[in-house]
Amino acid sequence: MNIHAIKAIYLFEMSRTFRTLLQSVVSPVLSTSLYFVVFGAAIGSRFAEVEGVSYGTFIVPGLIMLTVLTQSVSNASFGIYFPRFIGTIQEILSAPISSIEIVVGYVGAAATKSFIIGIIILLTANLFVPLRIDHPVWMLGFLVLTCISFSLFGFIIGVWAQNFEQLQLVPLLVITPLVFLGGSFYSINMLPPLWQNITLFNPVVYLISGFRWSFFSEGDVSVELSLAMVALFLAVCLGTIMWIFKTGYRIRN
Amino acid sequence: MNTIPLKHDTDTGDPLHPGADAICSIRDVSKTYDGGAVALEAVSLDIRKGEILALLGPNGAGKTTLISIICGIVNPSGGTVTVGGHDVVRDYRQTRSLIGLVPQEINLEPFETVNNTVTFSRGLFGKPRDPATIEKVLKRLSLWDKRDSQIVTLSGGMKRRVLIAKALSHEPRVLFLDEPTAGVDVELRKDMWEIVSALQADGVTIILTTHYIEEAEAIADRVGVIDKGRLMLVEDKVTLMQRLGTKQIRIELQDPLGSIPEALSQYELEIDGSGNALIYTYDPTGGRTGITSLFTDLKSAGLVLCDVQTHQSSLEEIFVDLIKGQT
Ligand SMILES: Nc1ncnc2c1ncn2[C@@H]1O[C@H](COP(=O)(O)OP(=O)(O)O)[C@@H](O)[C@H]1O
Ligand SMILES: [Mg+2]
Repeated sequence: MNIHAIKAIYLFEMSRTFRTLLQSVVSPVLSTSLYFVVFGAAIGSRFAEVEGVSYGTFIVPGLIMLTVLTQSVSNASFGIYFPRFIGTIQEILSAPISSIEIVVGYVGAAATKSFIIGIIILLTANLFVPLRIDHPVWMLGFLVLTCISFSLFGFIIGVWAQNFEQLQLVPLLVITPLVFLGGSFYSINMLPPLWQNITLFNPVVYLISGFRWSFFSEGDVSVELSLAMVALFLAVCLGTIMWIFKTGYRIRN
Repeated sequence: MNTIPLKHDTDTGDPLHPGADAICSIRDVSKTYDGGAVALEAVSLDIRKGEILALLGPNGAGKTTLISIICGIVNPSGGTVTVGGHDVVRDYRQTRSLIGLVPQEINLEPFETVNNTVTFSRGLFGKPRDPATIEKVLKRLSLWDKRDSQIVTLSGGMKRRVLIAKALSHEPRVLFLDEPTAGVDVELRKDMWEIVSALQADGVTIILTTHYIEEAEAIADRVGVIDKGRLMLVEDKVTLMQRLGTKQIRIELQDPLGSIPEALSQYELEIDGSGNALIYTYDPTGGRTGITSLFTDLKSAGLVLCDVQTHQSSLEEIFVDLIKGQT
């Protein structure tokens, strides 16, 4: 195990994060605040309570997930795409380091960054609405798992992408719709029965449901099912990454 | 044109240096890229511990591909490579820890500082943090004053120095320099050769590719020539120049000649453009050079000589001959 190499990659990536921290944090904090102003205060005040909490409070877990998912995918995809783009990937490939160690370094740094941003959003939300976290350990657990699994997903995107357009495309075309339709801003129970069933194919539903459960003890599906689905997603991403390194797909050739 | 014995087998050309003291052994390595481009065909070569080996070859010959395979950046299509006795694919941790690579392209993270970038490389290659070593490396490359500068603010030559510093940061035993002096100023080139000599004195094995034949001639212990994915030959530089270099004698005449006299037709003679000189080409290693009889016959033919000069082929001429002979 090349601990020094993992540390080197992690610290190098974190140094990029801290160099650009202001711009990395400002935009998600700003957009979250806007969501609170629009959905929480302006529109939400006309809504009845959802699952026993005010609408403004209800959307907090979904908003955090929206940001954390998008951030994880874009951080991790950029993190590995950039060295490919400027050619510094060559040095990584020539180093005495296994694929797993490369992934731990890059994905670890990307996940750390989205975790930090997730916590900042949580603190920001706390300024706008009263918050209640029934199961803080579960909450942190879901947050960490989400950061890791979607950073893994982002890593795959970063390996697959051939240009910057493709790099932007997936977060835009896949992640954002899945999160919006995954119950960030509503409870699945509010949908007609047919749509409730269709929605269950959306993996993000399980994430948001589990995450929301850790706040308010209420979720669309059981927390065990949520956890299982996150684990499944994690396993699929890990499997894909193993395959990428085994075949050298778009990296080593 | 002189004929050049070509080597396609695994023989590295020197019976006194068998494979045993090789730090790097390349056996039947071939590479066909995904697009179908054949970059290497059955290349075999032993690199000796502590030597400076220059790989010469025109663009697209396969030099970078060969280096990339040894360093683990490119998977070979066939064949095996060992470094320090370890297989580069199976025991990549051992082999890569021994190797430092200065790539042909300047690939650097633009917004990082010199110090962070070099420190990163040391960690990446599995060595614990050690500011003292980094300081030594940066000073050796005259980068110490620039340690806190962002890479993007450096000149091309400085960036090349950073690449070398990165490659040296983990104290490698084998150093690959892929066209290190392409587009580099005179001062850096001079510094570079000093550094290379100092590293060799420390026992580091150095493999460099270059277009500049004078460089290979000046610094290498052995020279390998690659063309179209094949290793044409590997030879001690001195032997190579002796073995392949023809010599010429230029004989200045008092009276110009229109054609070569009948009496001298048995010799390989040419008349200089103006007719004022004869040029005799011979093989200095061939045993009988024919010089004595030539001069006797020149006298019998009644030619009066003013001056005589000899000229030995440079490595460049040998190289050009070799490549031309193949096409
Ligand atoms: N990544 C690649 N994909 C496809 N072909 C390549 C790649 N890299 C090099 N080649 C081809 O392989 C051959 C050898 O290239 P290279 O090893 O870079 O030669 P050199 O370093 O001697 O100039 C060339 O024909 C080149 O076009
Ligand atoms: Mg090259």
